[in-house]
Amino acid sequence: MSGNKDIRHGIDWSLIIIWAVLMFLGWVNIYASVHNSTSPDLVSRPEKQLLWIGTALILAVFILFVFKPRMWAVLSTPGYILILILLLATIFLASDIKGSRSWLTFGPISFQPAEISKITTSLALATLLGTSSFKLNNFRNWATTLFVLALPALAILAEKETGSMLVYAGFIFVLYREGMSGWVLGFMALVILLFIFTLTSPRWVPFTILGVSVLAYVISNLVSGKRSVQKKKKKKSRTLLFSLIALAAGTALIFTTNFAFNHVLQEHQRSRIEVLLGMKEDPSGVGYNVNQSMIAIGSGGFFGKGFLHGTQTTYGFVPEQSTDFIFCTVGEEWGFLGCLVIIALYVLLIGRIVLDSESCREPFARIYGYCVASCFFMHLFINVGMTVGLMPVIGIPLPLLSYGGSSLWAFTILLFIFLSLYRHENTY
Amino acid sequence: MSLDSSNKYRKLILGLFLVAVVLLGKIFYIQIIDDKYKISASNNSMYYEVINAPRGLILDRNGEVLVGNQSSYDILCTPREVADFDTLQLAKTLGVSVKYVRDKMKEYRYNRTRIGFQSVPFIKQIDAEAYMHFAELEYRFPGFKGQVHTIRKYPFNAGGNLLGYVSEVDAAFIDSHPEYKSGDYAGRTGLEAAREDDLKGVKGYRIFLRDSRGRIQASYKNGEFDKDAIPGRDVVTTIDARLQQYGQELMDGKVGSVVAIEPKTGEILAMVSSPGIDVSMLADIGKHYGKISRNKYKPMFNRTVMASYPPGSVFKLINGLIGLEEGVLRPSDTYPCSRGYSYGNGRKLGCHNHRSPLNLEEAVMMSCNAYFCYVLKDILENRKYGSVEKGFDTWREYVLSFGFGRKLGSDFPGELSGNIPTSRFYNKRYGKGSWKFATIVSLSIGQGEIGATPLQIANLAAIVANRGFYYIPHIVKDSDDITIDAKYHHRVYTKVDTARYNTVIQGMWRGVNDRGAGGTSNSAFVEGLDICGKTGTAQNPHGRDNSVFICFAPKDNPKIAVAAYVENAGWGASYACPIASLMVEKYLNGEIGEGRKELEERMKTANFIN
Repeated sequence: MSGNKDIRHGIDWSLIIIWAVLMFLGWVNIYASVHNSTSPDLVSRPEKQLLWIGTALILAVFILFVFKPRMWAVLSTPGYILILILLLATIFLASDIKGSRSWLTFGPISFQPAEISKITTSLALATLLGTSSFKLNNFRNWATTLFVLALPALAILAEKETGSMLVYAGFIFVLYREGMSGWVLGFMALVILLFIFTLTSPRWVPFTILGVSVLAYVISNLVSGKRSVQKKKKKKSRTLLFSLIALAAGTALIFTTNFAFNHVLQEHQRSRIEVLLGMKEDPSGVGYNVNQSMIAIGSGGFFGKGFLHGTQTTYGFVPEQSTDFIFCTVGEEWGFLGCLVIIALYVLLIGRIVLDSESCREPFARIYGYCVASCFFMHLFINVGMTVGLMPVIGIPLPLLSYGGSSLWAFTILLFIFLSLYRHENTY
Repeated sequence: MSLDSSNKYRKLILGLFLVAVVLLGKIFYIQIIDDKYKISASNNSMYYEVINAPRGLILDRNGEVLVGNQSSYDILCTPREVADFDTLQLAKTLGVSVKYVRDKMKEYRYNRTRIGFQSVPFIKQIDAEAYMHFAELEYRFPGFKGQVHTIRKYPFNAGGNLLGYVSEVDAAFIDSHPEYKSGDYAGRTGLEAAREDDLKGVKGYRIFLRDSRGRIQASYKNGEFDKDAIPGRDVVTTIDARLQQYGQELMDGKVGSVVAIEPKTGEILAMVSSPGIDVSMLADIGKHYGKISRNKYKPMFNRTVMASYPPGSVFKLINGLIGLEEGVLRPSDTYPCSRGYSYGNGRKLGCHNHRSPLNLEEAVMMSCNAYFCYVLKDILENRKYGSVEKGFDTWREYVLSFGFGRKLGSDFPGELSGNIPTSRFYNKRYGKGSWKFATIVSLSIGQGEIGATPLQIANLAAIVANRGFYYIPHIVKDSDDITIDAKYHHRVYTKVDTARYNTVIQGMWRGVNDRGAGGTSNSAFVEGLDICGKTGTAQNPHGRDNSVFICFAPKDNPKIAVAAYVENAGWGASYACPIASLMVEKYLNGEIGEGRKELEERMKTANFIN
């Protein structure tokens, strides 16, 4: 580090621009979604959001220019433990807001430890996997890694904040990048497919999917590879072992899915999944939000109805329209073009983070970058997927766009820690 | 780290693109390809304020308004918007008791989930003064608002059960008529029901944008897409309001019907069913419905088309005409009558005391029973047909051509077909080949198994007046707004040649006008009107005979044909005959001659109900 260099050196300005543009577009759409409202809480939201954006800017500058990048690695473990304690405390301290106990209130400030836990978990994961001696090739290391991820995830689950918990599933992409076999991802996808088709289709459908998948696995493993005979032999027996395990596990899953669905899941979770999978029509109950959201987006057409001209979002048909359902306002007032722009911005942001991460020499920065990309990706996929009826109703915000300081701060910190680490990389 | 990790980020970015494509694909689908969300959106956010269409008027043939419209003032309540208010003041303003207000509020609270944000009627049809008073103080009663809508007005007390009533549709009605919504009004009986499609008009609307809680936000595109209501079409009836009213006066206190038809058009001039409904009850039928439906004489029941009676002696005209057409009777044929007709085993169908023998004309004039027994016997036992059964089938064909035993096809709802028995019916009852003329002798004089509606009997009068044809009797005229079915402009001929009617008509003329010759219809005589009539006395198994009379006038170029049917009033000449002739006189002369005022008074005051 040399003090003589331009202070702006090494900063990925494209990420900062996208970050700023998304916040701006978020504010515009928050304004649009509440401008016609009479509720004082809603009317004050654009002003409040301006305040959040302002403070986020200060945070960004602070992280980027004031805070020493090396400190993040140092702080990761204590931070992780502190937030884990907060998460556990929240379960008992928080009051019930819309069925979840995830908000901690200190005087005028209230925040969700779950939002911050994404940062600390990312840092902790980066520290763990970034250790030069640590490789995901033995049971002990796997167990440690999963343990680090599972602790906060389970605490969040106990808070009944299912959305944030699902975001943790995104860390699987980080693990994949850091050595996990692609087949594990495939296996996960298979589990999800089997779950869905067992619930919605006759028995033979999930079994066919299982059979075809395992067959494809076996064939692709036996055909490929120009390895030695010995290795081939070893690989062959391993492949067969995995296939058998997959078949047995898949069969067990098919037979236990209905039981798990009916007896393990809670009533509201069950009905959300049922509505999503089209097993139950319920436009006024659980399906109300999704239905109204799809009506709002669907009525936008190609060019949208124009700023402040949405009828669905401005007149309050869509619930939570400035927070979790902000994308409806985009869809209705800006149409397909608006949706395309927003999603393209996210793709650029996430893709850029991935590319930047790949260029980092320090594993810590790279792994942390992947964590950030995964969090953004999961939020984007779950949130937009929910508003267009591809995902069940899971209340998580759209990063940087949704109303709310907690989430805006969390994503700003998440992103700018990476920017800081990345800048540090480039100032060697 | 595995060897291929450098490739992994490419796969992940590819995955990122795939997910973005899936999301955008779904968005593209719901925004561009699938229209249903746009339609849902407009239903969601647009509030259609309905503008009710004024209902069409019902007019009489001379342009008199039988049914008009007048404003009615209702107070609506939106329970969700009700805030604290002065119960006592509201009660005083609207002229109701405090308890009424409290009970209503209790009712709303009880049904609050069902009512939601809707407005419900709080009180209906308050008078204009109370409404104005309320309007001044409306701001003090949040959640309450006034609504003006039109209700029916009846300037003429004529044809209560003919016109029918309009009432708010109920759940059962909406089930069978899905185009109606709760709160709509529809004609439920009579003409109001029959011409509902013409009268109702088309509702208009104003479009407002509203939010998800139903609160109005703004007019949609400055009313560009608003639609005005189209008023209902006026229905011009064939009814002569004054004649109808006069008929009701004559029938007051009697059970029965009077139907008057203009023979040369088939237009129904009057259609009186007694006892009827006073039009003052129609406007607010809900209040009177219970009383009306408990009345044992069923005022709602329109006897003119819904009651089936034995026609009695007026039916002899048909038998005579069939006899002539079949060639088994010549006008000059005479038959003896010794106070009746014996048909074996000592059985006798009685007749009144008159000279004997008579020819056809005289038999019609004096209404001889025996004569028409001989005639029907000859028709049924005609060798040409080989059996009574075949002869009977032929006879029935003729009778049906006179509009009996089937629905005439009038535009009035609820018309019955009456009854003309079939040979199969008798085969079933007596066994095939086991019945003969003597078995069914009472058909000769319009008794027995024959049932006819007063409308069919009036139509018979019109047929005779026209010398052999009729137009289907109908009650709605062609007008600027409405063109009636072409079938009402077609002549329907009977199977009896027009040339055969003269003898019968001459008998009917003499029955009225040849005074002192023994005619049964003398009391129908009016100087200069040339009324032709035929009495009937229909035996009634439940009590005194029914008094029946048909007539038309003038004899040449008839302008009106009337049938009167008075239950339990004795023989035809006693009541039906004077009542029908008074109708003719009123219609043709506009007033009742001095000499007949006393008769008129006697008819009006006669009471068989109490």
